[in-house]
Amino acid sequence: MVMISGASSPLYAKRRRRNVITMGLSFAATAFGLSWLVLILGVLLWNGFSGLSLAVFTEMTPPPGAAGGLLNPIMGSLVMTSIAVAIGTPLGMLAGTYMAEYGRYDKLTTVVRFINDILLSAPSIVIGLFVYEIMVARMGHFSGWAGAVSLAVIVVPVVVRTTEDMLTLVPDTLREAAASIGLPRALMITKVAYRAARAGMITGVLLAIARISGETAPLLFTALNNQFWSTDMNAPVASLPVVIFQFALSPYKDWQKLAWTGALIITLAVLALSIIARLLAAQRKSS
Amino acid sequence: MVDVAFQGGTISVAEQVDRAKVLGRLRLGDAAFRHLTRAAAVTVLVILGGIIVSLVYGSLPAIRAFGLTFLIDETWNPVTEKFGAIAPIYGTVMTSLIAMLIAVPVGLFIALFLTELCPMWLRRPIGIAIELLAGIPSIIFGIWGLFVFAPFLQQYVQPFLIAVFGHVPVLSTLFEGPPYGIGIMTAGLILAIMVLPFITSISRDVFEAVPPVLKEAAYGLGCTTWEVVRYVVLPFTRVGVIGGVMLGLGRALGETMAVTFVIGNAHRIAGSIMAPGTTISATIANEFTEAVEDIYTSSLIELGLILFVITFIVLAFARLMLMRLNARVGA
Repeated sequence: MVMISGASSPLYAKRRRRNVITMGLSFAATAFGLSWLVLILGVLLWNGFSGLSLAVFTEMTPPPGAAGGLLNPIMGSLVMTSIAVAIGTPLGMLAGTYMAEYGRYDKLTTVVRFINDILLSAPSIVIGLFVYEIMVARMGHFSGWAGAVSLAVIVVPVVVRTTEDMLTLVPDTLREAAASIGLPRALMITKVAYRAARAGMITGVLLAIARISGETAPLLFTALNNQFWSTDMNAPVASLPVVIFQFALSPYKDWQKLAWTGALIITLAVLALSIIARLLAAQRKSS
Repeated sequence: MVDVAFQGGTISVAEQVDRAKVLGRLRLGDAAFRHLTRAAAVTVLVILGGIIVSLVYGSLPAIRAFGLTFLIDETWNPVTEKFGAIAPIYGTVMTSLIAMLIAVPVGLFIALFLTELCPMWLRRPIGIAIELLAGIPSIIFGIWGLFVFAPFLQQYVQPFLIAVFGHVPVLSTLFEGPPYGIGIMTAGLILAIMVLPFITSISRDVFEAVPPVLKEAAYGLGCTTWEVVRYVVLPFTRVGVIGGVMLGLGRALGETMAVTFVIGNAHRIAGSIMAPGTTISATIANEFTEAVEDIYTSSLIELGLILFVITFIVLAFARLMLMRLNARVGA
């Protein structure tokens, strides 16, 4: 009987009310957060799809008022992203390997991990300034190489982080088994540990690509922009994000339309990459 | 019965030499690989060092010309070559402040929903959706902010704010002036949307690190969900939550493209948060390629240096907090 009267006391009612209010708030917050995703993607699809056509992928960026596509910025982005991944991935993987395999309990590893985590969220525009100073200012001109290097600087911390995490997850018994048949450590790492952690490491690279394919700030004053088709990496190269930036802020309607289409292409690419990465990671967990 | 060791003992001299060679090569390869990986790890440190050194080197002319007054001067005049950083610094701090005021409570409530309320089958999809939001490139937020969000604010939200707060003392200065659409407030709101996923996903991770037995004990005492969160989960995860918030703040401070689109690029400090302003990153993004004089370029690089120092401190603090939480959970 005491319990029942306690359950209907004002204090209990107040506690329950407060609980209902805060739980309602958390529900509302989630709806609020998710609605932005829906809103942004919705607007993007609406504005981007109407401009999507074959010409977008086959023609160069037009002067204002003319028809055209986004072929040169798309190519520029692809080439610079590939070079950035080609530079950044091996570097990041090797660094991650040291941290997880050789120096797991080193001072060096602790310091590198700390610094790497900071680089992971460092403002990308600062990385652009850094590459401007060491490459563009030295060479005296903007270039695709500088753009690729600045993207590589962004790739490295992402890959370092995932490689270390994934190698740390590899069970030590595998390493012991490899060592017991006399494999030297380098072979043990490359033949056994890498293989066990492969899916996770690929995930890391995909996430890194997703991260850099939308990066604009570091390209603004390294690769600059180029209205024409150019395969010369030693000269300014157009990239999709920079073209979007330029076109969106222009007063011309058809440029703005192309900017939306470019934005849609980037977003779809990034979302596809991160979903594939997630699927890979999930597969690894279940197997 | 085959004895491997015995067999090994009977190999010929030539084979033994061969074997020594192979072993030697393996050992060499091993040492080479070890040093290669070590060099790669050191490269990460070199990159950070390179960033600091090159930024300091690049900003030397500006530091020599303006000294410490650079930090407190509001002038930004490429014609007379007088530069001061206080307007962009103010913009950076103000936009980040607005972003955190909104994103922190909302992010914590979403994390609370995901860890305590949400049915199991819905947790993964919502978690993934929030992380997809984190993956959308900042330029997309920028173009969306410019063409969709800013006009919306200008037409509906800002006139409303002016009407409501226009006659309240103190607040009236904050919401003063015509509704431009673009400005500090718009940039802050877009930053809020951008950092929301970061704060949510870290808070969720740290909430999940709470040992279930603690929560179960509190529920066993008859606590409501809110009381469990308020008196068990939050105290236990405090350092981690602070770390997550600082990480979000680091993002907000350095975010460039989304802000550049909607900030208005005006080098002055206005009392109203609806007025156009500028941030450090937006100034660099907008003006760097236009800067021809050395002192102009150098001033922009010094702005970058200031931004890097601020974010470095914030991010380092965030990491230390998260490391403290990990040590606690691990112990």
